[in-house]
Amino acid sequence: MSKIPVTYKRTDLQSDQEVKWCPGCGDYTILASVQNFMAEMGISKEKIVFVSGIGCAARFPYYMNTYGVHSIHGRAPAVATGVSVSNPDLSVWVVSGDGDALSIGGNHLIHALRKNVNIKILMFNNQIYGLTKGQYSPTSEEGKKTKSSPFGSVEMPLNPMSLAIGAEATFVARSIDMDRDLTAGILEEAKNHKGSAFVEIYQNCNVFNDKAFEQLTNKETKVANRINLVHGEKTVFGEDGHKAVVIRNGIAQIVDTKDVDESEIYVHNIHEENPSIAFSLSRLSHGPYGPTPLGVFRKVQRDTFTEEVHGQIDNAKEQKGEGELDKLIRSLGTWDVS
Amino acid sequence: MEIENKTVESIPAITIRFAGDSGDGMQLVGTRFTDTSAVFGNDLATLPAFPAEIRAPQGTIAGVSSFQVQIADFDILTPGDNPDVLVAMNPAALKAHLHDLAPNGMLILNEDAFEEKNITKAGYKVDPRESGELDGYRVFQVPMEKLTKEALEEFDLPGRAVLRSKNMVALGLISWTFNRPLEDTENWINDKFSKLPEIAKANIKALKTGYNFGITVEAFHHTYVVEKAALPAGEYTNINGNIGLSWGLIAAAKKANLDLFYGSYPITPASDILHELSKHKNFNVITFQAEDEIAAAAASVGASFTGKLAVTGTSGPGLALKSETISLALSAELPLVIVNVQRGGPSTGLPTKPEQSDLMFALYGRHGESPLPVVAAKSPSHAFYAAYEASRIALKYMTPVILLSDNYVATGSEPWNLPNTEELSELETNIITKLNTEDGFLPFLRNVDTFARPWALPGTPGLEYRVGGLEKEEGTGNVSYDAANHQYMTDMRAWKVSNIANDIDKLEIHGDESADTLVLGWGSTYGGITQAVNRLNEKGVKVASAHFVHLNPFPDNTLEVISKFKKVIIPELNTGQLLKLVREAFLVDARGINKVSGEPFTAQELTDKIEAIINE
Repeated sequence: MSKIPVTYKRTDLQSDQEVKWCPGCGDYTILASVQNFMAEMGISKEKIVFVSGIGCAARFPYYMNTYGVHSIHGRAPAVATGVSVSNPDLSVWVVSGDGDALSIGGNHLIHALRKNVNIKILMFNNQIYGLTKGQYSPTSEEGKKTKSSPFGSVEMPLNPMSLAIGAEATFVARSIDMDRDLTAGILEEAKNHKGSAFVEIYQNCNVFNDKAFEQLTNKETKVANRINLVHGEKTVFGEDGHKAVVIRNGIAQIVDTKDVDESEIYVHNIHEENPSIAFSLSRLSHGPYGPTPLGVFRKVQRDTFTEEVHGQIDNAKEQKGEGELDKLIRSLGTWDVS
Repeated sequence: MEIENKTVESIPAITIRFAGDSGDGMQLVGTRFTDTSAVFGNDLATLPAFPAEIRAPQGTIAGVSSFQVQIADFDILTPGDNPDVLVAMNPAALKAHLHDLAPNGMLILNEDAFEEKNITKAGYKVDPRESGELDGYRVFQVPMEKLTKEALEEFDLPGRAVLRSKNMVALGLISWTFNRPLEDTENWINDKFSKLPEIAKANIKALKTGYNFGITVEAFHHTYVVEKAALPAGEYTNINGNIGLSWGLIAAAKKANLDLFYGSYPITPASDILHELSKHKNFNVITFQAEDEIAAAAASVGASFTGKLAVTGTSGPGLALKSETISLALSAELPLVIVNVQRGGPSTGLPTKPEQSDLMFALYGRHGESPLPVVAAKSPSHAFYAAYEASRIALKYMTPVILLSDNYVATGSEPWNLPNTEELSELETNIITKLNTEDGFLPFLRNVDTFARPWALPGTPGLEYRVGGLEKEEGTGNVSYDAANHQYMTDMRAWKVSNIANDIDKLEIHGDESADTLVLGWGSTYGGITQAVNRLNEKGVKVASAHFVHLNPFPDNTLEVISKFKKVIIPELNTGQLLKLVREAFLVDARGINKVSGEPFTAQELTDKIEAIINE
């Protein structure tokens, strides 16, 4: 293992501000996972910037002893884009929620992903509006009864993984608050990824949407419902691997392992350029109900916005030389009056 | 090329308007004539006008594009009132512009375009050349299309391409009539079409054909010359407001030792700032064409947090979308310049027409108590200095600043006596690299003179801090819902802005200081107001003027200036916004001269209206 240049204790990454989420909120676990990960990720804390929008998750930057901006509802990817492109040396992290990222900020999210800005977006998905006290969100299931949908939501929820893949994201992954190891592994992969990373983290809101992810966390059901996506490995899951994922006519399907030839079982490849299979995997579930894929869906290389912008600046300076004001104001032609 | 029977009359000034279909190349002809006149040494001012539609139906009034230029042998401030010369390339152009032509004005028609179809399309029932409505003008009919076709016969060009050169025939003829040499335009054509030498040759032939038509046809043997203007000595360039503003931002970044970040979403008439800045990457300029107006502003806030001179540019409707983000910059106390190139509103309104109707919006268009400085450009060359000034204030006081321009300043042009760039003041910033107390870093510990907070940039060890839109505790910057603290911070943000009044240029009086009447203006009405006051003073009418560059705060001597006069008149291209502000702030019974027709004031219009109020 290569030598890590900077290491911290978790407490070094903690700000002096009291954490004010509701007791039992999944955000605590994620905060701990992130702080533990960052203590050892090898980047000095003055080079880390957290940017958030509005919502429960958006308080995150206040609890990190790094640079941080708690910005406006939905705008964090845009603010973070400005930060990243202004200083490519920074490690820029966005913390967002399902309402913030997918509803009011949907436009910024897809464009940050499309442009492959070098930012890491952590979207805590609790499938509810928490800070405004319990309205349905763009990931709430159809029929969801909330204060603003007393007769049940009539809206089709978004599938965040499908959305990100469709938006040309180069890194797409899903974790769950309770699984710290999975989160740490994905954070490490995201950090090392050149470009934008989109990480959905299922997060339990014990006040307004408790047990939304129970099928994936409950001891009795989680084995049957967690499809762990591991690069280079056959995608089997369930008790003793009795279920498997196969790709037929380009579409991912769940089958009984015993019914298929072993060679037909899908071997996960995060580096596949064509996004169709990753997209199809994202369609195996529409929300955390029944078998649901977790892990890295996709990780491909593409030039980053940040690098490209600075590449053009460097080229311009090479070709024209460092800009000079006196030349600039004479560039349209001049005449003398004596 | 002296012609025996050519007479040359010297005139002090002339206003020429070129009008034609959007595709007729009128902007180009106008610009070429302007540049040649600038190089010749005239003073000048221009007013382009184009339809909001990119390609409105050919031959219709909606598709008419025009370019007006005034050239003079004296110092002028406006593109002229009524043109003395109108070049109309088709009946629609004639119909759209004839009413402005001065009595006995020179009217040059492209007679080939006056076919029945075009005449009807323009909305004429009978051919205007035969109806008598052109009586009272000196009409010159020129077969521009025929001349072009004949001249370009020798070139192997498709028919459409041939006719595209008819604007060069018009330019050649006008160049003859006003004794302008062709060399400058020939060089320009050769340069522009350096890779298409055949096209270059064809255009030069068309240009000369127009010129030679003047030589040959007796009707054009009375020509005019506008001598050089006695402008202050210096090196000049011809500049429009959008370019001037762009260069002002680049200069400010350079003098602040920062890099420039410009976040924008394309919108008329501000897009040219984005175009111009995106050319100058060798100044370390980052231009960010965002997914929307909000992202353009938000990314600029991110850039500001990171230590850039951050600027976001737009026009009225876009400013509405940026409002929430401007409030964030205001609350987080980050420097940000917001450029608003005003156009006619509300809503999509008149995208290509000037209006000054966003003044109140600039001052008050945010939620909460959110005062910020507002600076306005008064002319195309002044846009450079206004951008510089807005940047200076933003950086020195850690605040968003709204910089107002408008379509008239943005697209109009004038000669600019170039500054000595070394004499532009260095710009201060509040960048901090070390702890500001023994116990740690306090991101909201203010400068005692400016009330600005320190600007700690990511990457600086030991100064890690968090900032956002929630109310902050003075000093620590921690989130605070404390009642007394919110009162204090609200007051502090207001003090910080009002205190800037001590750090800006004083309001100056122009014209007759002993007058009873003061004409007060802001922004692009500067040229019209100043010219009107000059004309009235020449006539012996006592009147003075003063022009605001800073709309918030006002200069600290404003009350003193206003108190010297009995009457205050405020002309504005809105329904009376500065008027309300001045009446409220200084309790003066000011009178407005207001107009929202999508057109600027003419100097004569202001002269007459000001005089009428004086004589009441």
